[in-house]
Amino acid sequence: MTDKPQAYSAATEVSQIRERRTWVQIAKIELKKAPYSAWFGLIVIAIYLFVAIFAPLLAPHGEAEIFPASFAPWGGDFVFGTDQIGRDIFSRLIYGARNTIGIALATTLLSFAIGGSLGLIAAISGGWLDQLLSRFVDVLMAIPGLIFALMLLTIFGSSILSLIMIIAVLDSTRVFRLTRSVSVSVVVMDYVEAAKLRGEKLGWIMRREILPNIMPPLIAEFGLRFSFVFLTIAALSFLGLGIQPPTADWGSMVRDNASMIQFAKYDLTAALTPMIPAGAIALLTVAVNFVVDWFLHITSGLNDEH
Amino acid sequence: MHPILGTIIQRLLLGLVTLFFVSLIIFSSVEFLPGDFTQAILGQAATEDTVAAFRAELGLDKPAYIRYFDWIGAVAQGDLGYSFSGRSASGIDRSRAVVDLVAPRLGNTLFLAGMAAIVSVPLALVLGITAALYRNSFYDRSVNAVTLTTISFPEFFLAYLLILFLASLWPVFPSLANVNSETELIDRIYKCVLPALTLTLVIVAHMMRMTRAAIINLLASPYIEMSQLKGLSKAKVIMRHALPNAWAPIATVIAFNLAYLVVGVVVVEVVFVYPGIGQLMVDAVTTRDIPVVQACALIFATTYILLNLTADIIGIVTNPRLLHPR
Repeated sequence: MTDKPQAYSAATEVSQIRERRTWVQIAKIELKKAPYSAWFGLIVIAIYLFVAIFAPLLAPHGEAEIFPASFAPWGGDFVFGTDQIGRDIFSRLIYGARNTIGIALATTLLSFAIGGSLGLIAAISGGWLDQLLSRFVDVLMAIPGLIFALMLLTIFGSSILSLIMIIAVLDSTRVFRLTRSVSVSVVVMDYVEAAKLRGEKLGWIMRREILPNIMPPLIAEFGLRFSFVFLTIAALSFLGLGIQPPTADWGSMVRDNASMIQFAKYDLTAALTPMIPAGAIALLTVAVNFVVDWFLHITSGLNDEH
Repeated sequence: MHPILGTIIQRLLLGLVTLFFVSLIIFSSVEFLPGDFTQAILGQAATEDTVAAFRAELGLDKPAYIRYFDWIGAVAQGDLGYSFSGRSASGIDRSRAVVDLVAPRLGNTLFLAGMAAIVSVPLALVLGITAALYRNSFYDRSVNAVTLTTISFPEFFLAYLLILFLASLWPVFPSLANVNSETELIDRIYKCVLPALTLTLVIVAHMMRMTRAAIINLLASPYIEMSQLKGLSKAKVIMRHALPNAWAPIATVIAFNLAYLVVGVVVVEVVFVYPGIGQLMVDAVTTRDIPVVQACALIFATTYILLNLTADIIGIVTNPRLLHPR
């Protein structure tokens, strides 16, 4: 028997772990390959976030500061003119970014906290608890969301807190369904069984074993739910039942200035005034959808996603 | 018994149970009202007698479960109670029956939704199926990009865009859809063009994308590949093999979007000041007129549940695997 110096050894190959990429490196690589639509979406979202965070520094006038000139034209001191009681539209647009995005973000986070944890609990425990939660969610989902929200707003009144609570609870039903359906297949994996057998607690299993494995669909869903919540709040505010004045908000700005569209023939800029906040809502949802599309594309490896 | 019949009966029972729970939720909204809400409705000057009479009319002196059965029994007979508005502290009751408020507006809403559905359902199916067949072509990509954009737009943005271009800059259509019971059919259609067009744009986008996804999903299945491999013509593959299995997803898509129409109609009615049930509900929410809100919510929810139930049943009835049991 001759001793081969270059003998193959599985142990040595396994021990030579290639350096793992940090998530920053992965993000850089993916961003280089990202399509234009995703870049567009990311840049738009970044701009919105910047405006939302630095609103008081960017806005030339106060959020609810009233000037003597109502319905002032574009230009001069007021970039986009003033509204029906003389508030600067441009400043309200900037503050509106903060309020509208902030409230939608808080709502989405809350709905993920409720729906996500209940979904995980239902998937792990199974049995009667799973049945109870799932049937309850079925019943809640049988009522159209906007109608349910309108009904609850009648009872609890329109304050920002009740708006966030109501929409978060209604929206958490969809999060629950998704979380439950993706984690049901993870729960039966051997490593979860092993964790149970070595006596880990429910919270640990949820956090350390299941959550990392269901993250990609949940993140994509977060984007979709955010744009849905954002549109719902905008619609409610537009109907006059969401965010109440004097808080600046895009949905109610459209409602307040809508009549100016009738003057398009005489002064196009006046007619465009209500279109700016509406367009701002539309642009953000388009941007979020583009980014979610791209994210689904890279995480699922699918070429086609409906 | 035929296995399909059993499944259908099971679904119908499930739908009934859902309806029961939904009605329970809608009913219990009165329970959450603050204790002094009668004063808020009747005014500060309301005498104790008036308040007591009003509470008795609402049945608040009876236990909740009896009130639920009274309420649901009355609803089943077409009696939706009386509106909270029009009441006064002196006890003079000028409130109107909710049915009289709801009935004419329900007709208007169904007219508008029907008009949107007649245009959008065939259009969306054709667009979706052709996009799926010519997948990844320029046509598919452009239809996809346009629909993804319109989906992301809030309904009122689309509505005001249409008003800006088609009613304000080039006044072709009226921007207010103020119809009443005397409006002639032609005039009614003319006035409803813009709201119906808004709804159509929203619905077509959703429906087309869902149809496309369903068809692509179907075309990827092995038996379609098999029928292509054995040399059948494209038309025969689609008519004989794909379509029988496609009815269920297509029915689901249509029902889902008609149900979506029910909700979308609320915002569009408010934009165009259309006297429909959605606007009635928004007004009632503003004035906290619970009986009207309950009636509207019940109508919306029932329509929604029935549409989804219909889709389920169509899916079962047309499923080839269930039709020919082994």
